[in-house]
Amino acid sequence: MSIVGKSEIRVDAYDKATGRTKYYEDRMPGGALYVRIKHAEIAHGFVKSVDVSEAVRIKGVVKVLTCFDAPEIDFPTAGHPWSMDPGHQDVADRRLLNTHVRYWGDDVAVVIAEDEVAAMQGVRALKVEYDPLPFVLDAQKAMEEGAPQLHDDYPNNILKHTSVRKGDYERAIREPGLIKVEGWYDTPTVQHCHIENHGCFAYADNGRITVVSSTQIPHIVRRVVGQAIGRPWSDVQIIKPYIGGGFGNKQDALYEPLCAWCSLEVGGRPVRIDCTREETFVSNRVRHAIRFHIISWIRPDGSMAARKVDLYSNQGAYASHGHSIVAKAMGSFPQLYPCDNMECDAYTVYTNLPAAGAMRGYGMPQASFANDSNIEECAHAVHMDPVEYRNRFIMPQGYEDGFSKNVNYYDSHRECLERGKQLIGYDEKIKAFANDKGPIRRGVGCASFWYNTAVWPIALETSSNRMLLNLDGTVTMQCGETEIGQGADTAFAQMAAEAIGLKSYRDVRVVSCQDTDTTPTGLGAYASRQTYVAGFSIRQTAELLKKKIFAYAEKLTRQSVDNMDVRGGNVVRKSDGKVLISLSELAMTAQYNPQDSEHITAESTYTIKNNAYSFGCTFAEVEVDIPMCRVTVKNIVNVHDCGTLINPALAEAQVHGGMSMAIGYGMSEQLLFDQKTGRPLNNNLLDYKLSTVMDHPDLAADFIENPEPTSVFGTKALGEPPACSGAPAIRNAIYNATGVALHKLPMNPHNLYAAFSEAGLIHDSWQEG
Amino acid sequence: MAQYKLIRCTINGEPVERMIDVRASLTDMLRNDFHLTSVKKGCEVGECGACNVLIDGEAFNSCIYLAAWADGKSIRTLESLTGPNGELSDIQQAFLDEAAIQCGFCTPGFLMTAVEILETKKLYTRDELRKLLSGHLCRCTGYENILNAVEKTMKRRLGVPAE
Repeated sequence: MSIVGKSEIRVDAYDKATGRTKYYEDRMPGGALYVRIKHAEIAHGFVKSVDVSEAVRIKGVVKVLTCFDAPEIDFPTAGHPWSMDPGHQDVADRRLLNTHVRYWGDDVAVVIAEDEVAAMQGVRALKVEYDPLPFVLDAQKAMEEGAPQLHDDYPNNILKHTSVRKGDYERAIREPGLIKVEGWYDTPTVQHCHIENHGCFAYADNGRITVVSSTQIPHIVRRVVGQAIGRPWSDVQIIKPYIGGGFGNKQDALYEPLCAWCSLEVGGRPVRIDCTREETFVSNRVRHAIRFHIISWIRPDGSMAARKVDLYSNQGAYASHGHSIVAKAMGSFPQLYPCDNMECDAYTVYTNLPAAGAMRGYGMPQASFANDSNIEECAHAVHMDPVEYRNRFIMPQGYEDGFSKNVNYYDSHRECLERGKQLIGYDEKIKAFANDKGPIRRGVGCASFWYNTAVWPIALETSSNRMLLNLDGTVTMQCGETEIGQGADTAFAQMAAEAIGLKSYRDVRVVSCQDTDTTPTGLGAYASRQTYVAGFSIRQTAELLKKKIFAYAEKLTRQSVDNMDVRGGNVVRKSDGKVLISLSELAMTAQYNPQDSEHITAESTYTIKNNAYSFGCTFAEVEVDIPMCRVTVKNIVNVHDCGTLINPALAEAQVHGGMSMAIGYGMSEQLLFDQKTGRPLNNNLLDYKLSTVMDHPDLAADFIENPEPTSVFGTKALGEPPACSGAPAIRNAIYNATGVALHKLPMNPHNLYAAFSEAGLIHDSWQEG
Repeated sequence: MAQYKLIRCTINGEPVERMIDVRASLTDMLRNDFHLTSVKKGCEVGECGACNVLIDGEAFNSCIYLAAWADGKSIRTLESLTGPNGELSDIQQAFLDEAAIQCGFCTPGFLMTAVEILETKKLYTRDELRKLLSGHLCRCTGYENILNAVEKTMKRRLGVPAE
């Protein structure tokens, strides 16, 4: 391979560096009407009435629509492939506007106006009368008898409960001499905080409806818009331009259905919905806050006799991705640190909080925090070095998961741990920090994580691809997998150039903008799957394209197709490498031949029936100022085995971004709600503490490149894995520094003060000393 | 009710005059009246830095700067950095070379603050650069490669060898 594996510059970098890249708002049609949304200002209740009389009198207001006008259609929003099996379809539990409001920020009414100011004034002028109901914000409290009920079909607010049963837990814990290592581990509600808020615009086009949206999943959104407005899916066209990040929030139908409906309600005129940052925090999606209860029963040698894990996932008001996230989190427990006797129960519970959906890592940052915190405590319980503990008990090489058929082909975990250990200087630092006893203490810690690539066998994995041979011998390519900032288009160009035999990845023109009317059907960007799944259809389509190229070349050169290849943009004779014809000459001749004209194109769909593990770890070094309850991350390194790197520089950059998100998750981020009202308290970028460049040390990323056997180009997941193990690694470093085992994120001064106080570390003698 | 005011200013080297809505932000004016769409909106309250432009050489969040205040000022946006034949400036090229761009939404704001930093012709430490860049939020890059691009370009311009 000569093009794959090189640190090429992104195909979209020039336009992004010059400010030419067009995001949805840069493509706004002139005269688009502004839609502003009236959000509920109670956490739970019924809308009794909406008085629109004042709003409609405001100059510039075109129309007001309320929850009483919205179609009586419940629809799902999750960015999952459609399932032909009704039992596996996503839960349809919300409407375009809701009379039964279930969280502070729910959508009650819209004002459509000529300009933004009129739309905002109109929203302010609406008078909403509610019948308030009691509300509940905590997942476990929502499960209690007598708790406020959010959805009629889900008693005790339990959206779903699934279990893992392995061996005989009750019998196993009776083994004499076992040590019980038990803990509760709490993760907070956080938000994606892509710098471009979600937004979209819609207009009618020859009787159909077009929505241009900042989304990761155009083809899925087409289906959801059709469902929500009660129109055939083919009546809907979704166009996805460049987007300013997504991280899973835009792996949901957000306001595209409402926008489409609003346009139709004003005769198909163009209308726009631009979420404010405050709306993005509350009225889009958030990461599930999951609470874990883990009981590990270990033998004096550290081996795991039995393990019990309960997971309570706070779903918020609507199902969105629902149970699939905590189910994935639970599924990692029996695999990462295998144990013969396990009882796991995962509950997804409705509460009166913003709806939780997909977010980078899909349950694994939560699971990694809980699991690798508990594992750290197990190591301490038997006085074993925590890295050594992991090396002994983490998933072994050759492990095969019975359900997904994933195989741990290499000893990825141990190779990553070993590399991480070297890079951070683990052994030396453990020794050097051992005697820190004063108010400032240093520590080092690590955490591993479990992840996989794509969604097979839980859901459909399909990838479609179209290639057109251009007259200059370059190839234009369309993929259903989307560029969302991660660099997918560049990886696709490199893989296609390699598969076809072009000179450079620059000879592949990836059509970045997906349009559901013309782009081959694909499922978009999620599950860290793009490079893996697109690889299959890219290679297959390249083979088809080459077949057609050879067939035409045979007519021109009288050489056998069996002895042809494409190398460096030329058709060559395989046996001696002689150039038979360049692709540009071939394309021109084929196109303009008066006797035998052909535009050489190829298109195909590949159904992927495979998945791949993608593992790694984080090592962190911290300095803890105990009296100030302040932690500084001094060094941090991630090591990943994501198979063969398609573009090492972009892979490294991807890891940096994930590490940054993990540091924020560990140290500062949490969306807060007033416990008395359910009102969000910090839904803006000033009060919600996203890491700035001052909050990081330099970020180090490294790779173990074991080629993935199931993958065309040897590659597998990297998008989400870097966000998984950072927070627990920092947590374990703090444990190493202070002896305090933290059980709650974020590890900000507020939470550290409580934990350090309880441990007796906060006392006046620090001042004297 | 909307009120309008005539303002005169220089945008990317060109003197312009325009009637503007006195309620409009400089972001709105640059995007809507001059189609300078490199100026991005991420929060519209001066928290994220995506709308950053240079006003008389100083970086400002244009979303919390009234268009009316631009009267008499010289404003530079990212569009001004690219040469007449599409040539990239050294700092733009460094963002490409260092893989400092992902979704690209924060990029224009960062680049203009980088220009402000570079035009001081001072040699800053890496920690000082962190502080100078900390008005910008990025969720994709972890800032690492952005910092590298700015630091390397600064050293190159000052003739200081890279480490």
